[in-house]
Parts: sequence; structure tokens; C-alpha cells
Amino acid sequence: MVKALASARRHRFAPVVLMLFALLAVGGIYAVAAPQAAVADSASQDDVTEGEKLFQANCASCHGPSAEGRTDVAPSLIGVGAASVHFQVSTGRMPMAANAPQAPEKGVQFSTEQTAQLAAYVASLAPGPAIPDAEQVDPALGDAANGMLVFRTNCAMCHNAVGAGGALSEGKYAPSLFNSTPTEIYEAMLTGPQSMPVFNDENITPEAKRDVIAYLMEQRADDSSPGGANLGAIGPVSEGMWVWIIGMGALIGASVWIGAKSS
Amino acid sequence: MSDHSKTDVVVHDGSDPLSVGEKDLDRFPNPGLPEHKHRLSDESEAGAKRVERQIVILFVLSLLASIGGVVGYFVFPLDATLGSVRASTLSIGLGLGVGMLGIGVAAVHWAKALMSDVEQVDERHAQRSDDATRADAIQALKDGADDSRIARRPVLKGALVSAVAVAPLAFVVPLVGNLGGDWNVRKFRYTMWGPGVRLARDPDGGLIRPEQVTIGSVWHVIPDGLLGSEHMLEEKAKAVVLMVRMNPSELTEAPERADWSWDGIVAYSKVCTHVGCPVALYEQQTHHLLCPCHQSTFDVSDGAKVVFGPAKRALPQLPITVDDEGYLVAQSDFHEMVGPSTWERERYSDLPVSDEEKAH
Repeated sequence: MVKALASARRHRFAPVVLMLFALLAVGGIYAVAAPQAAVADSASQDDVTEGEKLFQANCASCHGPSAEGRTDVAPSLIGVGAASVHFQVSTGRMPMAANAPQAPEKGVQFSTEQTAQLAAYVASLAPGPAIPDAEQVDPALGDAANGMLVFRTNCAMCHNAVGAGGALSEGKYAPSLFNSTPTEIYEAMLTGPQSMPVFNDENITPEAKRDVIAYLMEQRADDSSPGGANLGAIGPVSEGMWVWIIGMGALIGASVWIGAKSS
Repeated sequence: MSDHSKTDVVVHDGSDPLSVGEKDLDRFPNPGLPEHKHRLSDESEAGAKRVERQIVILFVLSLLASIGGVVGYFVFPLDATLGSVRASTLSIGLGLGVGMLGIGVAAVHWAKALMSDVEQVDERHAQRSDDATRADAIQALKDGADDSRIARRPVLKGALVSAVAVAPLAFVVPLVGNLGGDWNVRKFRYTMWGPGVRLARDPDGGLIRPEQVTIGSVWHVIPDGLLGSEHMLEEKAKAVVLMVRMNPSELTEAPERADWSWDGIVAYSKVCTHVGCPVALYEQQTHHLLCPCHQSTFDVSDGAKVVFGPAKRALPQLPITVDDEGYLVAQSDFHEMVGPSTWERERYSDLPVSDEEKAH
């Protein structure tokens, strides 16, 4: 056997056979190790069919019958992926109540199952970012200190240093992140909903995204404000109101009492 | 002394000024002081005793709070935890606050409720001194001036004035000189950017390839080599850049800047041209960049021109390209001064920067 192999080594087709094996090995390893194409993998054909029905009934009036979008009304949804649909629909942002600068969070219109079906339909149109799994968004696995660095550079200018939200131009605003789930935060970074820019995995790596989530979750801890009441953590507005109304009110009251005649 | 000085002071002689014009029927008569009402503590000994008790309670409250603050200092020693800082400052602060407030409230209550409150009218005397006193005062001043010989010896006067005027310079000049430490405004004319300097990701310094910058994304960019450099924060404050990519069809570019972008990727200084805040609130759909300090808004799709707010100049653009290894690099430094407008800006913007100056 060994002898046969040794003699076959010198066969004139040996390089060709070896090359074939090598190519097969590279292809096989690539198929296993390469990043999975981003589609909702658990979606069945039934989900896509049901999702399309839901889409035609609820979304097509603005986004067009094939999700191609309509100029100056709604963007194309081809290639936005399941993550975008899950973020927009599960927070109630979509469908919008009116065509306005801001799509605010409001009552959720679809069940979890319907949301998944809509996401499956949109994801079937073209590849796009998938909904992150539980491990990708687990704050316990993230490094909150690094998350603060990344958040401070990329997010804090709009969403405030601890994620309390803030104003943008012409009635738009960056919402508070205090009630967002880790999955929603991850999806927002990945897909850039409404005014928010996209922070793709090359800009903020998946690990750094998880760090950001860890940092934001730490801001919700009971002892996150060692100085006492944080007054919503929105800085000079609430602090100024406190000083002007409560503080000045107390001073005026004291002045009136000092000046009043005793009975 | 001029004669009109006699009218400077109006002396009330007790007569009612309003009753002078009898013909003017629209005027109210002076109602005078209201009838004095006695307080409970004036009318009964029991009332006075009660007020006394209240004042004593307030003083005792202050006493207890002050002791409590001192006790708090010893009971809650500072250690490494934030909880200990909170407990310590809270107890000391409450002790001080209630201690002071108790004394103040007790004193005011004492004065209002127990001390005499009968109105007493004390007529103000005329403010003007009589003529003899005034003349004496003037004479004393003149005598003093004569005695000092200052009128007859002008050199003496000049020396005195000069010495007094120059003396403050000895502390004013160092004080002003130390304000900024560095008065070379021209330093804002150049940054760490230069031909071939690679664009790196803030905060971790990773290099950037153009295919990583997808449409709609925003990147906060620092020059490669900034991290760990000698004056990192100063250089970062000048060199920070915001980079976005949009569909090239959405981009409006001046002809002379047509090759400053790379396939829809544009990079602009992140320092506001108004007063220098970091402009970083990028709205992806409108391509507007909003400064959080004074709401200056720049249109990134149109040369970062000002579309709203107090800023007067567009953000300086960093010309970018891609090097042999496929990384985004700067073509050159900014072509104008970054940061807020200064008086010297235009003068410095036109001058070329030598390599020696930049290296320095």
C-alpha cells in the first residue's frame, strides 16, 4: 500500500490530483468558516409567504408593492435585512402614524410571530443584516469600559453621555436608550434607522457593539448615580429647572417670611 | 461753591407734600402709618413663653445637627467606595445645613416675635454740612497740597504718577502671559494630516479601507500615528475628522475639489467654525451635520456649507485618496485653518506652511 503510494507520487497526473484535493479542501473550509450570508436562517418558505401578505396589507402603500420604495415617501427595503424590519416593527416605529420627520416609538402593531414573518419576507428580497442572536447582545459578555470609549466617540453626541437621548434639527430627536433592549440597540447600530447613521461591523466590531450594550446596561443599575437623584441625566435643563423653581422658590419664600409681620 | 448745590438736598419739614396742591383733586391723601397691632406675645405672658420655647427648640435643633455632622465625620470614614463618599458628604452636609439654618431661623423668629416691633419714626437729618464745615474741609485739602509742594514741583508729580502707573505691570504682565501659555495662533494653520497620512478609526486607531465605509455610515477619524504621540490631545483636538459615504449622485462638489473625495467618501474637520465644538450629530437621511452647542448645521453633501446657525464658514475639507496598499490616506493637510474664526485667520490661511514649522 505504502509502496503503491510512493510510486504513484511520481505519476504524471499526481500534481493535478493533488491540486484538486487542495482546491476541495480550501472550498470546504471556506464554506464552513466564512461569515454566513446574512439572512434570517430559521425562516421557512411559509414565513416568507405570510410575511408578503402582511407586507402587502400594511406596508406596501408607502414602500411599494415590491418594497422598492417611493420617491419622497418611503425608502426601498430591498437589502435592509431582517434586523432593520425587526427593529422598526418590534418597537412600533413602523408602520408610521403619519409621514413626519421623526418615526417615534409607539404601540407595537404586530405580534412577535408576524414581525418574524415580515422580517423573513424582506430578508428574502435581498441579503441584509440578520437579527443578532442572544450571545451577540449579551451584556454580561461585554466590556463596559471599552463600551464607554466607543459610545463616547460614536454615539454620545446625539444620545447623551449615558444614553438619555437628545434633540436634533427640525423636530427630530435621538431617543432615550434607557428602555431599549440589547437586541434593539444592536440592530440600530447595524442598520441605522431613520436619521441615525449606520455603524457597520468594520466600524464598530460585533465585540465592540456588545461592549456598548454592556455600558448602556450599567447606566440602568440602581447605583449608577452615586450623587443622588440624576434628574433624568439630561444635564443643565432639568438641573436649571430644579434650581430656578425649587431653589429660587425656597429663597423667595424665606424672604417673604423674614419680611412678614409676626402675628 | 456754586449756588445750586443748596437744592441738592431736599429737607422734609414734616408737612405733607401731597396736601400742598389742594386744587389737584385726583391725588390721594397720605394715609399715614396704619394703626399698630400688638402681637400675641406682646399681649400675654403665655404667648411670649410659647415663642421663647419655639426659639429654644430651633437653637437645640441646630445644636443637635451640628453635633450630628461631627459624629458623621467619624462614623463614615472615606474609603475607596462611592457609597462611603455619599454617606460622609450627606451626613456632614446635613449637619452643617440644618445647624446653620436652625440658628438663622431662630434669630429671625426671635427678632420678629419677641423683640419690640413698635414702629419708631427717626427723622433723617439734613445730609448737607453747614458752610463753615465745608469751607474747613476744602481748606484742609488745599493746605495738604501746598504742604506737599506738589504744585510747585512738577517733576515730583510726574515721578509719582509714573511709578504708580508702572508698578501693576509687574504682576499683570505675567498674569496675562500665563493665561494661554502659547500665543501662537498660527499653529491652527497646520495639523498632523499631510500627504500619505493614513486615516485611522477613533478611538482604537484601526486603519480604514474604502470598502469598509458603507453608504450611510459615519466614521470618526484620527490620523494614524496620533495614539501615543507626544502631544496627543492637542493634536487630536486639531486633527479630528468626520468621514461619511453617500451615493456619489447625491454629492455636490466644487470643480476645484472634485478629486478630494473617493467614490462618495468625504472627510471634513470635526471642529465647528463657530466656536470650536465638535460637530458630530450627523443625520444620515438629510446629510446634515448639527453642532450641539449652538445648532450650526452643515450640509455634508454640499461642501459642508452652513445651512443654519451662527457659524459663518463651511467646515474645512480633508482631501483624501487611497494608497498602494488600499488604505484611505490624506492627500495633504487641510487647505485652510481649522477651528473657529480668529482675527488672524485669513492672514495665516494664505501663508504656506514650511515642513520645518510643522515638524516643530
